[in-house]
Amino acid sequence: MSGPYDAIIIGGGHNGLVTAAYLARAGRRVLVLEKRPVLGGAAVTEEVFPGFRYSVFSYVVSLLRPEIVRELELAGHGLHILPLESTFTPLENGDHLVRWGDHDQTMWALRRHSLRDAEAYDEYGRMMSLMARAVKPILNTPPPDIAGFDPSHWRDLLSLGRHFLGLERDQLYAFVKLMTMSAADFLDEWFETEGLKATMSASGIIGTRLGPRSPGTAYVLLHHYMGEIDGVFRAWGFAKGGTGAISEAIAGAARAAGAEIRTEAGVTAVLVNGGTAVGVALESGEEIRATLVVSSLDPRRTFVDLVPATALPADFLADIHAFRFDGSSAKVNLALDGLPDFTALPGPGPHLRGAISISPSIDYLERAYDDAKYGRHSRRPYMDIIIPSLLDPAMAPPGKHVMSIFVQYAPYDLREGAWDDKREALGDAVVNTLAEFAPNIKDRILHRQVLTPLDIERMTGLSEGNIFQGELTLHQLFFLRPAARWSRYRTPIRGYWQCGSGTHPGGGVMGAPGRLAALEILGHGLSPA
Amino acid sequence: MLKGTPFHSRVQALCVSHDWRRWAGYIVASRYALAVDWEYHAIRNSAALIDVSPLYKYLIEGPGAERLLCRVMTRDVRRLRPGRAAYTVWCDDHGKALDDGVVARLGPERFRLTAADPNLRWLELNARGLDVTIRDVSAAQAALAVQGPLSRTILERAAEQDLGDLAYFGLVEGAIAGTPVVISRTGYTGDLGYELFLPADGALAVWDHLMAVGGPYQLTPAGMLALDMARIEAGLILIEVDYTSARHALIPEQRSSPYELGLGWTVDLDRPGSFVGRRALEAEIRDGSPWTIAGLEVDWPSLEALFARVDLPPAVPHVAWRGSAPVYAGGREVGYATSGVFSPLLKKTIALATLRTGHAAPGTELAFEVTVEHMRRRAAAQVVATPFFDPPRKRARLQVVAGSAPA
Repeated sequence: MSGPYDAIIIGGGHNGLVTAAYLARAGRRVLVLEKRPVLGGAAVTEEVFPGFRYSVFSYVVSLLRPEIVRELELAGHGLHILPLESTFTPLENGDHLVRWGDHDQTMWALRRHSLRDAEAYDEYGRMMSLMARAVKPILNTPPPDIAGFDPSHWRDLLSLGRHFLGLERDQLYAFVKLMTMSAADFLDEWFETEGLKATMSASGIIGTRLGPRSPGTAYVLLHHYMGEIDGVFRAWGFAKGGTGAISEAIAGAARAAGAEIRTEAGVTAVLVNGGTAVGVALESGEEIRATLVVSSLDPRRTFVDLVPATALPADFLADIHAFRFDGSSAKVNLALDGLPDFTALPGPGPHLRGAISISPSIDYLERAYDDAKYGRHSRRPYMDIIIPSLLDPAMAPPGKHVMSIFVQYAPYDLREGAWDDKREALGDAVVNTLAEFAPNIKDRILHRQVLTPLDIERMTGLSEGNIFQGELTLHQLFFLRPAARWSRYRTPIRGYWQCGSGTHPGGGVMGAPGRLAALEILGHGLSPA
Repeated sequence: MLKGTPFHSRVQALCVSHDWRRWAGYIVASRYALAVDWEYHAIRNSAALIDVSPLYKYLIEGPGAERLLCRVMTRDVRRLRPGRAAYTVWCDDHGKALDDGVVARLGPERFRLTAADPNLRWLELNARGLDVTIRDVSAAQAALAVQGPLSRTILERAAEQDLGDLAYFGLVEGAIAGTPVVISRTGYTGDLGYELFLPADGALAVWDHLMAVGGPYQLTPAGMLALDMARIEAGLILIEVDYTSARHALIPEQRSSPYELGLGWTVDLDRPGSFVGRRALEAEIRDGSPWTIAGLEVDWPSLEALFARVDLPPAVPHVAWRGSAPVYAGGREVGYATSGVFSPLLKKTIALATLRTGHAAPGTELAFEVTVEHMRRRAAAQVVATPFFDPPRKRARLQVVAGSAPA
């Protein structure tokens, strides 16, 4: 099928593909334009070294909305999520802490460190799950404009309000604490074991330029509790074939519904005529017309790079310029000729099949953050590691392994020097730190790929390499994402819409912005054909 | 990994069924033999040896120990004399049960609490400002139940000690095979029986000595299946089976008050001072309780008739079941049975059911859902008082059982 199109989606990341699939299933003629040769944006699988396949950027899945899996029939399009059951934390004193998939096993593991923490762990988990359940409807609701007068917004706001009123008093208080406290302070109220607090607080800082003691990070803990696989809250998984398999499944659903997808088709501009978007111009010079244009790129790309400043109101543009990215994370992908051997828990074992968290104490994480505060990468970074080849043997040649290392902090804007000169220094810091816990790692490495925030920006287009298309801090969430009054996927330009992680409810391989944007478009911009 | 109890090497050697289950992170025997019958009958006929070490055990000591327990427990612990134990419930602020267990007063300022769930955190939260130490001795102490009509005889010989004066819910110190034990006349079977608390390192010596002394009396190691049958006959509820701890409830409706659990008798509102949940419990006395746990006896002829309609004899499970079976009054669902058994002793199908209070009085005629040849049917059932089985020997001070005359 070729034009004319009802909608052009800029960017073939998971959210763009989700929007495309929903619009196509509603009978609209849809074209997706992706700059790179592979689909998925930051959710891609690539053979970086011969025989070694990587989830190059995003590496685990939990937040992918179950209604998307169901409605787009992603299982039928090849999606297979494997469980990531445990979290192993080697500690600096040579001991270790593992949270396992089994309750009793986790209880014994925690009791070894603290009887109190083992008890508190259950109560904490139950409280967070209850709160996440109350808050979760937010993920399926376009954010209402609280200062607006649109009755449909008030309806949404009321329905969210009802969920909050459904919280019991204690949970409501805890929620207020979550919204205001730091992850470290919040966890201090519950636990005494450093390694446990640190590893749990890590989910409050992933992807942000904040430390575990920064206020507001407690909320991000909750964000991660909203993850759901097969109806089980807070379950993490790994997509068979890597994260790119998720994008491929969504693309399959979109194609099956009639969407057209073009790769190596980078968009350079949105064509605006009389305040209305009418199409796009490509790098090749080609122009394509459509009734609507939907950008899945981040707010800076969407509003600064693709449209002329004169097409936008000045105050809105000021908000977009103020929208914080502060990319802080890097990725190191290793090819290994054998498994790492951790001093704290030697030998191969099920602990290597889950997440491995280099987060021995809150102090360790905060020191890693201190470096970033002053414009350096962490000398001893926080790392979230998985070995995908232990989950899906097809990721590496037999007997060999791939290791995915999420690294924090690596600030986009270095105080001194440039990332192109510091890339290998970051890689060395990562390997040296890991070698403190698993000394054999250096001898196992066959290949090393270091992706600085600058590399992430260059390859995926994510501004400043921010993995969430903009910080997930409270002032950039909900009706403030990406800017006040423009949180419901519309833009000041008629016919121009947004559907990326830079919109509500934010990043992670969730797909919720893409779906909500599509539903909003079908309800207000384009009715189903 | 799961842990074995201090008796595990003995239990493992005897557990020919390889039928294990988990209890509080420990691996315990569901049944030792391939058929469960003898283990059950040992409890009612001779004596059974049951490893109950996975119980959570706390030692609560110091000048503030009594105040702490008064503050937490529904029961007035001040009235508990040294050498006595009491079954009690403890509640959250809403007067909903968190757990149930036994408080034993080992001395004026020394208590042991046994509980189904971990409670260290809850006790410590309530102990702030009190001069009391709380020690989790769950792993350090082994616990062994000796239950059944011959339990006294066997224990008297094993401990070389007269237990004739030890009253129901009384405690006495002793020694078995050189290991100090606290002998507590308590249990979860509703029969004559004792529980022994001992240091974990003496566990095997005590087990071996009891088995040697108990052999002639048919002392039989029994697993959780037999215990479950006995506790239902005794009308004793089980946490997370017959009720949900307020700590684990996901919605308010899943919580139960002590009154709803049939444990109102453990709530002492006459005492002065406050305790956790008191206000809510007082309000419930005033306003009434929506639910009541009651005994249910299924009418056998009615059950037989349902099976006869499909040309089958009545099929009843030979072990206790757990689940949720709807209970009806005149076609309307008024509750649910949570555990039940065909009592080999009483020859009755009995169950513990949570019923709307208006339908929970003994004598009330109800209907109980059964599945007959894959079809849902309703059998007639009647609310009856619990315990279903309550032999005088459970409480009696002295008793004469054939073969038990002192040597």
